[in-house]
Amino acid sequence: MPTLDELQTGEAATVTALEGDDTYVQRLMELGLIEGVRVEFLRRAPMGDPLEIRIDNTFRLSLRREDARRIAVERAS
Amino acid sequence: MTNSPQTAAASMRVVLLGNPNTGKTTLFNALTGHRARVGNYAGVTVEKREGPLRDAARAVTLVDLPGTYSLAAHSADEFVAVEVLLGLRRDTPRPDAVVVVADASNLERNLFLATQVLDLGLPTIVALNMIDVAEKDGLRIDAAGLSLALGVPVVPTNARDRKGVTELAVRIADADRLPVPTAPAVFPPEFVATREALATELAGLLPAGTACDAFAAGRVLLEVDGTFEERLVAAGGEPVRAAIGRARESLETAGHRLRALEARSRYQWIRTHVAPHVKRPAAGTRRASQETTERIDRVLTHRIWGSLIFLLLMGLVFQAIYTWSAPLMDGIEGVFALLGDWLGGMLPEGALQSLVVNGIVAGVGGVMVFLPQILVLFLFIALLEDVGYMARAAFLMDRLLSRFGLSGRSFIPMLSSFACAIPGIMATRTIENPRDRLATILIAPLMSCSARLPVYTLMIAAFVPEGTVAGFLSLQGLVLLGMYLVGIGVSAPVTWILKRTLLKSRTPNFLIELPPYRKPLLSNVFSRMVDRGREFLVRAGTIILAVAIVVWALSYYPRPAEVFERYESSVATANAPYLTGLASVGVAVDEAPGDAAGVEALADAHETVAVDFAAWAEELAALEFERDGELLRRSALGTMGRAIEPLVRPLGWDWRIGMAAIASFPAREVVIAVLGVIFDLGPETDEEDPRLKEKLQAAEWPDGRPLFNLPVALSLMVFFALCLQCAATIAIIKRETNSWRWPLFAFGYMTALAYIGAFLVYRVSSLLL
Ligand SMILES: Nc1nc2c(ncn2[C@@H]2O[C@H](COP(=O)(O)OP(=O)(O)O)[C@@H](O)[C@H]2O)c(=O)[nH]1
Ligand SMILES: [Mg+2]
Repeated sequence: MPTLDELQTGEAATVTALEGDDTYVQRLMELGLIEGVRVEFLRRAPMGDPLEIRIDNTFRLSLRREDARRIAVERAS
Repeated sequence: MTNSPQTAAASMRVVLLGNPNTGKTTLFNALTGHRARVGNYAGVTVEKREGPLRDAARAVTLVDLPGTYSLAAHSADEFVAVEVLLGLRRDTPRPDAVVVVADASNLERNLFLATQVLDLGLPTIVALNMIDVAEKDGLRIDAAGLSLALGVPVVPTNARDRKGVTELAVRIADADRLPVPTAPAVFPPEFVATREALATELAGLLPAGTACDAFAAGRVLLEVDGTFEERLVAAGGEPVRAAIGRARESLETAGHRLRALEARSRYQWIRTHVAPHVKRPAAGTRRASQETTERIDRVLTHRIWGSLIFLLLMGLVFQAIYTWSAPLMDGIEGVFALLGDWLGGMLPEGALQSLVVNGIVAGVGGVMVFLPQILVLFLFIALLEDVGYMARAAFLMDRLLSRFGLSGRSFIPMLSSFACAIPGIMATRTIENPRDRLATILIAPLMSCSARLPVYTLMIAAFVPEGTVAGFLSLQGLVLLGMYLVGIGVSAPVTWILKRTLLKSRTPNFLIELPPYRKPLLSNVFSRMVDRGREFLVRAGTIILAVAIVVWALSYYPRPAEVFERYESSVATANAPYLTGLASVGVAVDEAPGDAAGVEALADAHETVAVDFAAWAEELAALEFERDGELLRRSALGTMGRAIEPLVRPLGWDWRIGMAAIASFPAREVVIAVLGVIFDLGPETDEEDPRLKEKLQAAEWPDGRPLFNLPVALSLMVFFALCLQCAATIAIIKRETNSWRWPLFAFGYMTALAYIGAFLVYRVSSLLL
């Protein structure tokens, strides 16, 4: 199963799982990054990190690559 | 929630709560008509904004809370918002009602917080703000249906164009008569049962006076290591901790992942209960707001264009603080100099005059002079924030700063500090992680600010040869660049060490929302700017003034009589030939002039070429400077300088340089004027003054060796580059960290670094040159 950081620019996917048991994961989920939600990988920052993603075609978040690695996704067909 | 007639007519407090960037402040301004009282919550640097509801029949106080995504708070801003909401802060009474400001174009996520608030048992109103954006995006929200689903009034608003604001105000004015909403049934039955059981169990374990209802018990369970748990454990100790642990375990064994439980449950509820009232455009339709933002982002975060525009923008900000503020600063300095002269002329010569002119007026002027830079910086910050660019700046810079354990948020504070650390430190409030913020505050004063420039200019002009290196690089320019690099170079390891010792924390997770780009609302921008300026004057101003007066006293007292006696006899000697000259043409002078001004008065009164009045006045002026120099050298400050001479010898300094350095601790830029007085040139000297350069070049040790040479100049410059000689910065660090611990720490570590740096530079350059 790919993780969020492995998506291509512009690619969309569905969140399948979030790994870890800390406040960061809790916050991601509170923001709506939960199982079944559609995410798009918009771009990387010019220096390669962090990443910009869009959730549910509604709002954008930026997070670092190492954190995006904890989010498992399924590519949209 | 009593509804007796007395309380209904009495005053009421209503808080505006919501996610960041939903338009809370804009709505607050519209509801109050920009009549805000701005301050700070006690003990933290979170802005407190309160104001009366406009045109209301009764007194309603509105509170604009900092943005928060959840009751499970993460940053200082969020903690305060939640504490105020729950009535846990001693400085702010519990609210009587809540307005949840929800972004209609991002409804589901905003309702996560709204459903949390519905659990509180407070009268609640939902303002569906940004309704214009939602409509443009093709979302149709049925406010009445939504209101039924949530069980609270729902008012669509467009705070920007003040639409729906009156309707909202009418609702707010009666908010405490609203029925208390029922908590939506979002959680699975096991959780509800465990929550009730825990509440009952804790009631037995907690001391009287500490309440724990089902709501609090629920928060305890959901917020692992959160503040609810912390409070109850503090009150009830180990048994409470154990009871909480058991309750959590039973839920985990029943298959509920606690970290995920609340988000899953609430979003599930929102999807089933709210979705029917929102008509979304057909799947795959592009949303107007997203499209615009995406188009702009394609340029502004582009690998090349984005970086270039960022550099240009930052260059502009820096240029603005550094250069554009300069005329205003000169103006303020000029006004205070005039004021000083004017008051000096009104008051009789003596201690009072000197206190007023050199202590108070100079001190107040020293505070005011920072104002232009602060206003200019915050004009830019407020503008960039309102437009939505600040988050992009953090996005672009995060990689670079994460190498030192900081995040992209630290960039603008650090850049600003090159102009002046004070606005830079005030700008650190946008850094969410408290340890990152503190680290940034502690290194900000290492950036070479504009007040260091006069020292560099003087030392370089006097002691660095003019030649070039490699044929075209000016040696003087290189040394100047080197001084800037010293600060940057030192700040990297300092940050690195701080983040691994005192401010140890995992490299914080970086998680920011990149809000849609919006047209800035200038009224928002200006009120932000003015608030910051006022805050600086009130909070930092008093400390700076106090320090200015202390240093004035140290440099004024004692005033040995023999210095004045010697001055008078020198004046008499200097006067003698001129008085004879005047007598020879029949001009009798009743009272010999006591100073240069006296000579000028004589010159005006007697038109004669028998004596050279100009030369006479100059002689007396020189004597006066000599007297003042002697007074300063024998002042308490001079005594301190002599006392520390053994300490500064290793840096290549004598007591006079040491004394100038001490005198510059309140404000480094005064060093030029102090050197001017010490070397008998009077206080009006500036760094371009060729006489000061000559005096320094001619200064000697008692044994006749020159006092200054290139190594000494370098050592002095490095000392100034690294030392925290600025009372205003210390005051603002105290203000921003709310304790004396961190300003003292910054002062201590920077003084130590400055000393070591100056010592090394002196030794090494003495060997090499
Ligand atoms: N289109 C639109 N923009 C709004 C509305 N309310 C606020 N804004 C803009 O949204 C941005 C954030 O507003 P602000 O009041 O600072 O949000 P806060 O962080 O919740 O206090 C600003 O650029 C406002 O001009 C609205 O109803 N419609
Ligand atoms: Mg606000």
